[in-house]
Amino acid sequence: MNNYAIVTKDLTKRFGDFIATDAITFEVQQGEIFGFLGANGAGKTTAMRMLCGLLKPSSGEAKIAGFDVYTQTEKVKKSIGYMSQKFSLYEDLTVKENIRFYGGIYGLGNQQIKDKTHALLQQLNMEKEAGHLVSSLPLGWKQKLSFSIAVLHDPSIVFLDEPTGGVDPITRRQFWDLIYEAADRGVTIFVTTHYMDEAEYCNRISIMVDGKIKALDTPQKLKEQFNADSMNDVFLQLARAKS
Amino acid sequence: MQPIVVENIHKSFGDVKALQNISFLVEEGELFGLIGPDGAGKSTLFRILATLLLADKGTAAVNGSDVVKDYRTIRSQVGYMPGRFSLYQDLTIEENLNFFATIFNTTVEENYDLIKEIYEQIEPFKKRPAGKLSGGMKQKLALCCALVHKPKVLFLDEPTTGVDPVSRKEFWEMLQRLKTKGIPILVSTPYMDEAILCDRVALMQKGEIMMINTPAAIVAAFGKKIWAARADNMYHLLRDIRAFEGTESCYAFGEYLHVTLHTSPEQLKAYLETKDHKGLVITPAKAGIEDAFMQLMQEQNEAV
Repeated sequence: MNNYAIVTKDLTKRFGDFIATDAITFEVQQGEIFGFLGANGAGKTTAMRMLCGLLKPSSGEAKIAGFDVYTQTEKVKKSIGYMSQKFSLYEDLTVKENIRFYGGIYGLGNQQIKDKTHALLQQLNMEKEAGHLVSSLPLGWKQKLSFSIAVLHDPSIVFLDEPTGGVDPITRRQFWDLIYEAADRGVTIFVTTHYMDEAEYCNRISIMVDGKIKALDTPQKLKEQFNADSMNDVFLQLARAKS
Repeated sequence: MQPIVVENIHKSFGDVKALQNISFLVEEGELFGLIGPDGAGKSTLFRILATLLLADKGTAAVNGSDVVKDYRTIRSQVGYMPGRFSLYQDLTIEENLNFFATIFNTTVEENYDLIKEIYEQIEPFKKRPAGKLSGGMKQKLALCCALVHKPKVLFLDEPTTGVDPVSRKEFWEMLQRLKTKGIPILVSTPYMDEAILCDRVALMQKGEIMMINTPAAIVAAFGKKIWAARADNMYHLLRDIRAFEGTESCYAFGEYLHVTLHTSPEQLKAYLETKDHKGLVITPAKAGIEDAFMQLMQEQNEAV
């Protein structure tokens, strides 16, 4: 296996006549923070579902952590963590129960779960809340907890689908501290966001328009290429060009 | 007469203090923003002003009518776009719009000039059920439905949440045009960068208003000098600057870190030079609304 966490070639998904993801080709290196941007309806979710082994591509190739998304979907799922803003934790379970549940799902042993629970609660400074229902936690805490649970089984890649919506600016930055820290440990981060300042935190960014990847580079180089002051300008130039 | 007058409003749900001591005025023709994250109390405040929820304490008036005594008058005079998409998903664009016009005893034609510009963008899809529209189109339809009876005041609760930057920009351009028609608008958002598009804003956090002013005045009132720092490895730079004893705060801000210091920037530079950073740059930076918001949040936390 080479040093790529994600490799795709002409990856395509059609729904009837509609091409949701149109021959996308890109690579993500192990330990990279990769921003996956695009307007609503550009095809990000479809692409992400294929990369997670949840949706069979119509054509093209993709390997996740070295595993094929057509034939090795179970191995793909074991190698990745996933977190979305909409769903990640069970509100009617306690913090500890959620950790135990996800640990079990990913096949960790009892002792492992115990050790991980302890380390995780300590890292998030949530030992006192271990027995509280998740529904009683502030949104920012839930997000930090669900990120930590998404990487509980030490996946080599974690997919984050708009992880930071709605939280205050300080909590949002604390969340990115967790992301940076995981990337520093060598975890590959694949993240979608509507906050363009967060796009700047990524090592590289791709921007999807109408199912195709229209730009892919470091934030710095994209800004030079589009002669723009900010990623917001780059995004607006690309996503507006079509209409 | 001010179109919105809020005095000393309090509201609790059990132990949760959703709103505490909220007071503000919105002037004629003003675009007033409530800026804050989830849980700040923005939606609770909208529901009280839209006469859907009673406050525990305090008074509020919309267009001169009291929100408790004159709720019927208010309901016929305001346009309200709630945070959650609440049109009929199984009715088409056209049917939704006609439905809301009928409810308010009017017709789409009567006030068409008000919605024309927005409606024309979704008109090609007028036979499509609302449930099958994209996020940006739903938002435009909801705005049309809130405007169809020519309201005297417009309430928009997080109209741009979860919407991509292109649709967000278009939405704010629509609001600027609506403003020129003289309708006062109260709008909420968790996106700090949208604050500068309002005439005045209230920065809200945990049920309290931390500050009310024009965006320019809020930024001007930010007392501290901010330095922008960057280097090739931003995470290591962030860790190193936070470990420096002269650092007051250090947060990621787009391509730079924003740093406030107890010491001089030369001392920070000297310290960082021992840490072997490549591509290190430290320059003066201008504070934005988000810097001000974070500072106010910290003051609020320290006061507790």
